[in-house]
Amino acid sequence: MKNIYFDHAATTSVKPEVLETMLPFFTEKYGNPSSIYSLGRENKKAIDDAREKVAKALNALPKEIFFTSGGTEADNWALEGIAFANQAKGKHIITTNIEHHAILHTCKFLEKQGFEITYIPVDNQGIVHIEDIAKAIRPDTILISVMFTNNEIGTIQPIKEIGALAKEKGICFHTDAVQAIGNIPIDVKDMNIDMLSLSGHKFYGPKGVGVLYIRDGVRIYPFMNGGAQERGKRASTENVAGIVGLGKAIELATENIEQYNAKLMKLRDRAIKEILEKIPYSRLNGDEKNRLPGNVNISFEFIEGESILLMLDMKGICASSGSACTSGSLDPSHVLLAIGLPHEIAHGSLRLTFGEENTDSDLDYLLETLPPIIEKLRAMSPLYDTFIKNGRI
Amino acid sequence: MTPLLKMEEYSQKVMDHFMNPRNVGVIEDADGIGEVGNPVCGDIMKMYLKIKDNVITEVKFQTFGCGAAVATSSMATELILGKTLEEALEISNKTVAEALNGLPPIKMHCSNLAEQAIKAAIDDYKKKNE
Repeated sequence: MKNIYFDHAATTSVKPEVLETMLPFFTEKYGNPSSIYSLGRENKKAIDDAREKVAKALNALPKEIFFTSGGTEADNWALEGIAFANQAKGKHIITTNIEHHAILHTCKFLEKQGFEITYIPVDNQGIVHIEDIAKAIRPDTILISVMFTNNEIGTIQPIKEIGALAKEKGICFHTDAVQAIGNIPIDVKDMNIDMLSLSGHKFYGPKGVGVLYIRDGVRIYPFMNGGAQERGKRASTENVAGIVGLGKAIELATENIEQYNAKLMKLRDRAIKEILEKIPYSRLNGDEKNRLPGNVNISFEFIEGESILLMLDMKGICASSGSACTSGSLDPSHVLLAIGLPHEIAHGSLRLTFGEENTDSDLDYLLETLPPIIEKLRAMSPLYDTFIKNGRI
Repeated sequence: MTPLLKMEEYSQKVMDHFMNPRNVGVIEDADGIGEVGNPVCGDIMKMYLKIKDNVITEVKFQTFGCGAAVATSSMATELILGKTLEEALEISNKTVAEALNGLPPIKMHCSNLAEQAIKAAIDDYKKKNE
């Protein structure tokens, strides 16, 4: 059976050349990087090489790069580390209502610790307006955290402008760039970014390894207490193979960014155009132009997302949805609700995220497979039946 | 996006009833119609019954919802076809779930919906025939 993967925002496969750099560190190069003999020192060197690669990709200094266990840890650390280190100055944090749960649930935790969080709403395309952030700033605001690009609807935020505003007001600015790396060129200096989270497995690197970039001079608490690894800020024996793999992956991802984007945009724009043409009562979620090159998010009225995913899976297509049934709660995606979608339309969303190995013929297959699935589900939907008979639900 | 409920959590029987649902459709001159759930929660089940001499002689359903919602609707229609109203009313959400070889825990509410749809359709019939 076919196996077509259209879920690159969930994760990606490790590139062979990335895997190759990692493998020796599981076997012959097993030394602890903190050890003084050469087996250890060489691994310390391998980590420093990876650190340099990440720094280069972001236009940061190597000493500003801290390896973590992933994007979620980087997000938790950024928020909690800043909050607890700067609470004497203030206990107010600004973020948006479309962040990843790694941010939103950390904010909920901080609220319980006595911090106050302002969640800035987005417009119906999923864009945050800088004026809204400016209005929310208070004398006790210690942190602004806005995601670079949204993982569900792919919208790209005005990060450079938000960074400039934060800088002007003397407030620390963090961005969750987990979905942006390898898709958008990032320059932390030019974009006024004080902290940035990223995750290896979103750009053909390994899982279980990420980065928090912390601008030199930012006052932050360590996330893990223990040994002196990561300049005393993030204890624990390093995941050497993972770090080396992330270094190689980010190098490859940032080298080929233009070519990669051009390929993805072609697939994305064709998918959006043809799905909307072929399937009535469907709509694009998120901004048409200002979105990640490989992101398609479309709602189909009168049906539910998990059903679409199950039927696509039976045809060998991997995709994702923002329906309640895929979120483990009764509510559909908070992002789709934040852009103003009614619940029943948010339940019927389908997200396709394209990547390296996808081809036009993969898309041909999707375009012939999807319409009959939507039709079959609508044929059994009481909402569609009522709509056809009465012209409304 | 949050993790998808793993497909392996659905039994083969659930997937069979989802991919090939039995008794989908509408009975235009139904004797009883029950509709439960709401679009906000992402689940609506509508059940149509033909009843003769206290026995369910025909049943059809329409469902807006996830794989479990479709499968439980389909199974519920199979379980009540040919049954007396009293027998049909005895069918619980557990009966439906067991007939499908079980449902993942977070999907158990879908089987409640099937039970409620049966009861609502029979109630509707009884009201019409009072």
